[in-house]
Amino acid sequence: MAAAVATAARGCSGVWCRAWQRGAGGPGHSPHGQRAAASSARGGAVPVGKSGLAPWVPVVGLEIHAQISSNSKLFSGSQVQFAAPPNSLVSFFDASLPGTLPVLNRRCVEAAVMTGLALNCSINKKSLFDRKHYFYADLPAGYQITQQRVPIAVNGSLSYSLCIDNKMSQMVTKTVRIKQIQLEQDSGKSLHDDTRSQTLVDLNRAGVGLMEVVMEPDMCCGEEAAAAVRELQLILQTLGSSQAVMADYEIQRQIEELENGGTILNETRAFDSKLGCTVPMRDKEGKQDYRFMPEPNLPPLILYDAKSLPANMNHQQVVNIDWIHERLPDLPSVKRAKLVEQYGILPEHSFALLNEDGLTEFFENVVKQTQMKPKKVIGWILNVLLSYLKEHSLTVKESPISSLMMADLLNLLEKKEISSTAAKQVLAELWKGEEKTPLEIVKEKKLELIQDQKELEQICQAVIDGQENEVMAIKAGNLKVLNKLIGLVQRETRGRSNPVLVKQLLEKKLSE
Amino acid sequence: GMRQLVWRFQVSSALKEGHVTPTELCQRCLALIKSTRFLNAYITVAEEAALKQAEESEKRYKRGQPLGVLDGIPIAVKDNFNTAGIETTCASNMLKGYISPYNATVVQKLLDQGAVLLGKTNLDEFAMGSGSTDGVFGPVRNPWSYSRQYKEKSVSKSHSEDEESNWVITGGSSGGSAAAVSSFTCFAALGSDTGGSTRNPAAHCGVVGLKPTYGLISRHGLIPLVNSMDVPGILTRCVDDAAVVLGSLAGHDPKDSTTIQDNFKPFELPSLPDVSKLSIGIPKEYHAPGLSSEILALWSKAADLFKNAGAKVIEVSLPHTRYSIVCYHVLCTAEVASNMARFDGLEYGHRSDMNKSTESMYAATRREGFNDVVRGRILSGNYFLLKQNYENYFIKAQRVRRLIANDFLKVFGGGVDILLTPTTLSDAVPYREFIKEDNRTRSAQDDILTQAANMAGLPAINVPTALSERGLPIGLQFIGRSFQEKQLLTVAKWFEKQVKFPMIQLEEVKRHNHDVFQHQKSASFS
Repeated sequence: MAAAVATAARGCSGVWCRAWQRGAGGPGHSPHGQRAAASSARGGAVPVGKSGLAPWVPVVGLEIHAQISSNSKLFSGSQVQFAAPPNSLVSFFDASLPGTLPVLNRRCVEAAVMTGLALNCSINKKSLFDRKHYFYADLPAGYQITQQRVPIAVNGSLSYSLCIDNKMSQMVTKTVRIKQIQLEQDSGKSLHDDTRSQTLVDLNRAGVGLMEVVMEPDMCCGEEAAAAVRELQLILQTLGSSQAVMADYEIQRQIEELENGGTILNETRAFDSKLGCTVPMRDKEGKQDYRFMPEPNLPPLILYDAKSLPANMNHQQVVNIDWIHERLPDLPSVKRAKLVEQYGILPEHSFALLNEDGLTEFFENVVKQTQMKPKKVIGWILNVLLSYLKEHSLTVKESPISSLMMADLLNLLEKKEISSTAAKQVLAELWKGEEKTPLEIVKEKKLELIQDQKELEQICQAVIDGQENEVMAIKAGNLKVLNKLIGLVQRETRGRSNPVLVKQLLEKKLSE
Repeated sequence: GMRQLVWRFQVSSALKEGHVTPTELCQRCLALIKSTRFLNAYITVAEEAALKQAEESEKRYKRGQPLGVLDGIPIAVKDNFNTAGIETTCASNMLKGYISPYNATVVQKLLDQGAVLLGKTNLDEFAMGSGSTDGVFGPVRNPWSYSRQYKEKSVSKSHSEDEESNWVITGGSSGGSAAAVSSFTCFAALGSDTGGSTRNPAAHCGVVGLKPTYGLISRHGLIPLVNSMDVPGILTRCVDDAAVVLGSLAGHDPKDSTTIQDNFKPFELPSLPDVSKLSIGIPKEYHAPGLSSEILALWSKAADLFKNAGAKVIEVSLPHTRYSIVCYHVLCTAEVASNMARFDGLEYGHRSDMNKSTESMYAATRREGFNDVVRGRILSGNYFLLKQNYENYFIKAQRVRRLIANDFLKVFGGGVDILLTPTTLSDAVPYREFIKEDNRTRSAQDDILTQAANMAGLPAINVPTALSERGLPIGLQFIGRSFQEKQLLTVAKWFEKQVKFPMIQLEEVKRHNHDVFQHQKSASFS
């Protein structure tokens, strides 16, 4: 049978997603019709294994819940704030006190419209709210207000790129259809104290606005799903419609699970930031009947465009789709194209730049302040600085090395005052954050290139004299061995020699 | 004549002119509440708070700066509106002892205009009923049970039965509010009206009961029965008073997204209303099975009154009315099931001691907290909302609701200004008769003439018209166009003037509270 497996991940403070996969099982289990349906959903034929049994063909769809960036909750005036004391951001409505009514937050509507437009959706000028019922301690009203029947945006698409065989140089672009985007309330948090068999409820998150982005099952593997989610995350961050702080753990878990031949259960999973993994959450799927019903306290949500906007309408009270459209910022795909064109960097470099929050700005600032070509700067940013950041789990904004310092350093390199080896040493010093300029470090550590040619010639001669075997090999035609000698000179000078110059000197001496 | 003068006595001007002080007025009402406690009209009497409000009002009058017509006027509020600092119970174990941290918008508006809140009135649990007999605090007794008019005609005929077993119900579910207004313990009261809950007890208690257009008055703070039909109702002793209270409550509320966007301009009714240019529709479907012959006769007499005054009176048809009850049942129970889901014992209200698991705590809390009627409606509602039933019941009921609303639109579109119908099938029945049928049967029968207006969201009003052969009040109902309250109330006022409904003669109360009663029976305040 075409097994329906579903999972969900919940980021601790931003996005959670439910990935669902369909795979065609062996012929013994599956009516052919269903297998065909599963395969057509991914737009390709089911590959048949040598044994004649169809292998599993995963078809991945995603439901992604992104917390909307807004000052107040979706239907109440309570503040939205991360890590506030428990139950300090709870209005009467959030606690579901009898007689309270929802009042829709305009900012959340605008965020959803923005996101819809960025994902090429058609925006429904009239959308509706529904109640979805289930009993849970952190759902005080006994129902969640969502948009089940007519959501705010439908029929969009998202293009994303991923590299083949983990090679950055081999990127392909794919598209996943967006079924819909719906506005809905987040729930609160339940904390279970097993030793005292108590459940503690924190309603700070209850009622915070979420956008649920539903992707069609157009993806065929976890890598594709991960890339699509990553692209969506970048788009949301660019729009400012969501912080989209997202744990990749769940996707990783699923991939591993599937690759290890495990089954993925029909469950909702929560992200545990301490354990660094997702853990099974409440069992609310399966046979649950949510008894959907129209939310009677909210009239239909009506949106306008330039054409339909009534003249006498107070502009503060309406949401104008065209107005939002005109003000959309450059999306990541456009930003990447611009970076490639403006700086002559490779497309994969533009991906790397956008993948880290603030890295593009850092790069551009360095470029502005240095004579080094952007094509060379990008290597220093992506290969050196970024590795440091990753190694220390820091964001670009937390970097102890500012773009100005980086530019100063690259300028020293560009003016041939230091070698690249020395530049790396300076960077290591800069990383300590002792507020010294690159030049000060160079002076202090005596890292300037040896400008005295005689001194350098003497060092080269000493290396040649000490390496008879290597010299013979080179003379016999094995020119690769020359690199070893260059390295030895570099070591001898503690990186203070210009490798190009050293190479010239060595070649000259060896041909004598 | 003299009678008219007494009837039109204006408490408000008396306050202004200093003939009576807000504190005196408040004390008299409180004394009457005490002496009529046997009616069980009030669940909570906020004596201290009321006297304090009266004192504040008195200061304003002394400074010559009253807040308006309502300043110093004692009022009562049905116990399903939230009142900060005063218990709000919905006559349910679930909310016994619950004190809301906020005021319903309508309560706040009344307080802002200086009205003195005496207390919270009795009802059927969560407003589910048509008798005001199914609350955890016991049934409300109709003040007319103790009137000279009723005793002369009914009790004297059955000497064998003691007075105790002959008392009649108030109707419901706003029976406490209707009884409170009818027995002079307050000048106006708030009810709620979902299927007739304001008009029905108003008819049985001989008072004016107005259900405004859906969306004209904020529901924020009204503990819902059916959100898409609930409307705060107004109970007063005359139509003019209802217009004053309406003016103080109506208009947009940012806390209720279903209220009208525009501000509402309060209106005064013409002192000499004219109905000669109006077209009055008589919907034939309201000649329903079970309609008592004396109400039928009164209805046609009323039609004649309009005819004689030069109005056009025509028979009209609202063909889908007969589906209204069953359709209402589905929509009502579905919303009830949803609205009641929040009562799980966690955040507020009753919580069972059962602590085996969260689920068992929920179950026990809801079993202990709700009566059979509420639990029954939750069960049916959840059944109708199940995925396999939703299309067949809920969606179908919504479609029928649209047809019912369209019936009204057609009739009004055809030139009819106001519809004239009975409010109830008969006069109030004795409690011992009433409880022979279960709540569901009773609600279905008693809402039959009133709930179509809720389905369509239209304004409707009960005007006390005459006494039945048993000496009990009979009311007729006017249904108007959406947001045409002024026209509706103008017609109601004209009719009120024509029929000269007799004043209740509460012999017993009068004997014990001679002084108090003298003032209170000066019916209206405006």
